[in-house]
Parts: sequence; C-alpha cells; structure tokens
Amino acid sequence: MSEIKEKEQSTTHKIGIYLWIWGLLFVLSFFSYMVDWYQFQGMLRWSLILVFMFAKAGLIMAFFMHLYWERYALVNVLLWPMTAIACFIFLMVAEFEYTVFTRLFYFVVGGQ
Amino acid sequence: MSDPKIDGLELKPGFKGMSEDTGSDQTMFKGVHWGKAMMWIFLLSDTFIFSCFLISYMKGRGSTLVDWPNASQVFGLHVFGVEVPLLLIAIMTFVLITSSGTMALAVKYGYEKNRKMCGWLILATAVGGLIFVGMQAFEWSKLISEGVRPWENPFGAPQFGSFFFMITGFHGTHVSIGVIFLFIYAYKTFAGHYDDSKRGWFTSMKGDYVEIEILGLYWHFVDLVWVFIFAFFYLW
Repeated sequence: MSEIKEKEQSTTHKIGIYLWIWGLLFVLSFFSYMVDWYQFQGMLRWSLILVFMFAKAGLIMAFFMHLYWERYALVNVLLWPMTAIACFIFLMVAEFEYTVFTRLFYFVVGGQ
Repeated sequence: MSDPKIDGLELKPGFKGMSEDTGSDQTMFKGVHWGKAMMWIFLLSDTFIFSCFLISYMKGRGSTLVDWPNASQVFGLHVFGVEVPLLLIAIMTFVLITSSGTMALAVKYGYEKNRKMCGWLILATAVGGLIFVGMQAFEWSKLISEGVRPWENPFGAPQFGSFFFMITGFHGTHVSIGVIFLFIYAYKTFAGHYDDSKRGWFTSMKGDYVEIEILGLYWHFVDLVWVFIFAFFYLW
C-alpha cells in the first residue's frame, strides 16, 4: 500500500505549481503584448520579444510538458537537436543581408 | 515524470544517470511510457518542420526589396471606433494559454484518477481550441477580404501572404487535429476507459491515464509553437 502511495506521489504534483506557471504565462504574454502596445523599437524591442518568448517556451516545456521532472536521457535527446536547429536558424538569419545584396545587385543594378 | 524506481532498482539522477540509462543495453528512456517517448520523438520531428518554416520566413523577411507590412497595423482591429493593434492575436494567445493550463490540470487530475475533473478539464481545453480555430478563421477571412493573397497584398512585400498562410495554416491544422482528439479523449475519459483499462480502438494497449499526458504533450506543443509564431510573426 505504501509503495502505491509513493508511486502516485512521483507522478503528480501539487496544484499550486501549475497555477503559478499558468499565471506567469499570462503575465509574460501580457508583457510581450505591451512591447507592441508601446511600440518599442530597435534592439530593445527584439531583445524583449526574445526574452519573453524564451521564458514562456521554457516554462511550458519545463513544467507543463514535465521536462523538469524527466530523466536526463530524455531531456538531452530532445534539447540538443533543438539547440542545433536554433544554431541553424541563427546562421540563416545572419546570411540574409547577403541575399538582399545579391537581389539588389542582380535585380536592380542588373549585375553589370 | 519518469518513475525513479523500476523493479526495485534505484536509478541514478543527472548526467551520471543519463550515461547509465544510455549504456544499459536495455530500454533507454527508463520509466517513460513508450507512447510518451514516441510522442516526444514525433514532437521533435514536428519541431524540425516548424523550424524549416521559421528559417525560410526569417530569411525571406530579411531579404525582401519592398518593406515588410507593419504587423501591428495589418492585424489591428477596429473596436468601438478605436484602432487597437494586434487585439485579435492577443486574445488568441490568451485563449491558447488558458487551454494549455486546463490541459496541464487535466493531466494532473488524470494521474489522481479523478475522472470527472479530468474529463471536464479536457472538454474545457477542447472548447478553448475550438474558439482559437474560430478566431483564426475570422482572421483569415478578414485578411482575404482585404486582398491578402499568397502572391500579393496591399500592405507591402508580396512574400507576406505566402508565409502568413503557410505558417498559421499549418499551426491551425495542428490545433484542429488536437481539438478532434481532445473531444475523443474527453469522451473516453467520461466513459471510464482509463479507469477500467479498456482497450482503445486501434490498439491493444490497455487504457491508462498516461494517455492523457501524451495528449497533453501534443497540446502544449501546439501552444509552444504559437509562442514562437506570436513572437516572430506578429511582434517582430
């Protein structure tokens, strides 16, 4: 009997943690909407958007998707490929100026 | 939420545990239901698909010769004579987060074998998803009536339409599929399939509340993708 009880405790958590995360997600969403409301521009805007985005994504994955309580074997299998693809996105984004350049060069200047 | 104890064997935590799990010549994800592991693998591959969209979008947006449409105006709504930027998108975000929260609670009550609570919360999640899809349909028809097409639009760079319909459409499809499954699982929960281990329709697997967690993983993933779409497509 005590063994069953122990097992149940390992798979459920107190309701408080879910409500906290839920509330935090609302607050973070509200803040990221405020970024647009007050029309922040430039680096401040990008950094705020990214900070709120990663905070929300992290909270959802860690607590709603239970990754915080999973074993590292599963967590690492999931997070490293995602890190790799984040690097890929960064590389491609870093290259867009070259694409603009070639477009301007061939479409507008004519490549002469 | 893997079980730290399997067959009386104490599993080591942290990276040491990871190397032992991986090198144990046995199942690698110890204490994780196979359905859950498979759902995670599926979600990882789905992440790759959405990341491909994100890469092409970021690159496409960065390299247009015409200015990109101002998202906060394009998605603004006229309410009571006032132009509110991104109003519909903000409401959609809050609806999706609400449904994500109810799903998380449904998983919790499922594991506590609280059938009624679990069922109602899944139903609430499904309704939230339905509202979200409805608002997305409204948004699409509004933009289409304003002349946004995959190849042109009156606001700016012509690529805007194709990226918008592709990305939000793919996400909306995920939400719609999720809503269908949420209704099915709400029925299965209320009918008590997880309490008396009834077998499913296409599987010999006995019903268990772990299925609610697997469904929850999918639903949270849909919410997760929306977090990224909200940041990169609407706010950027």
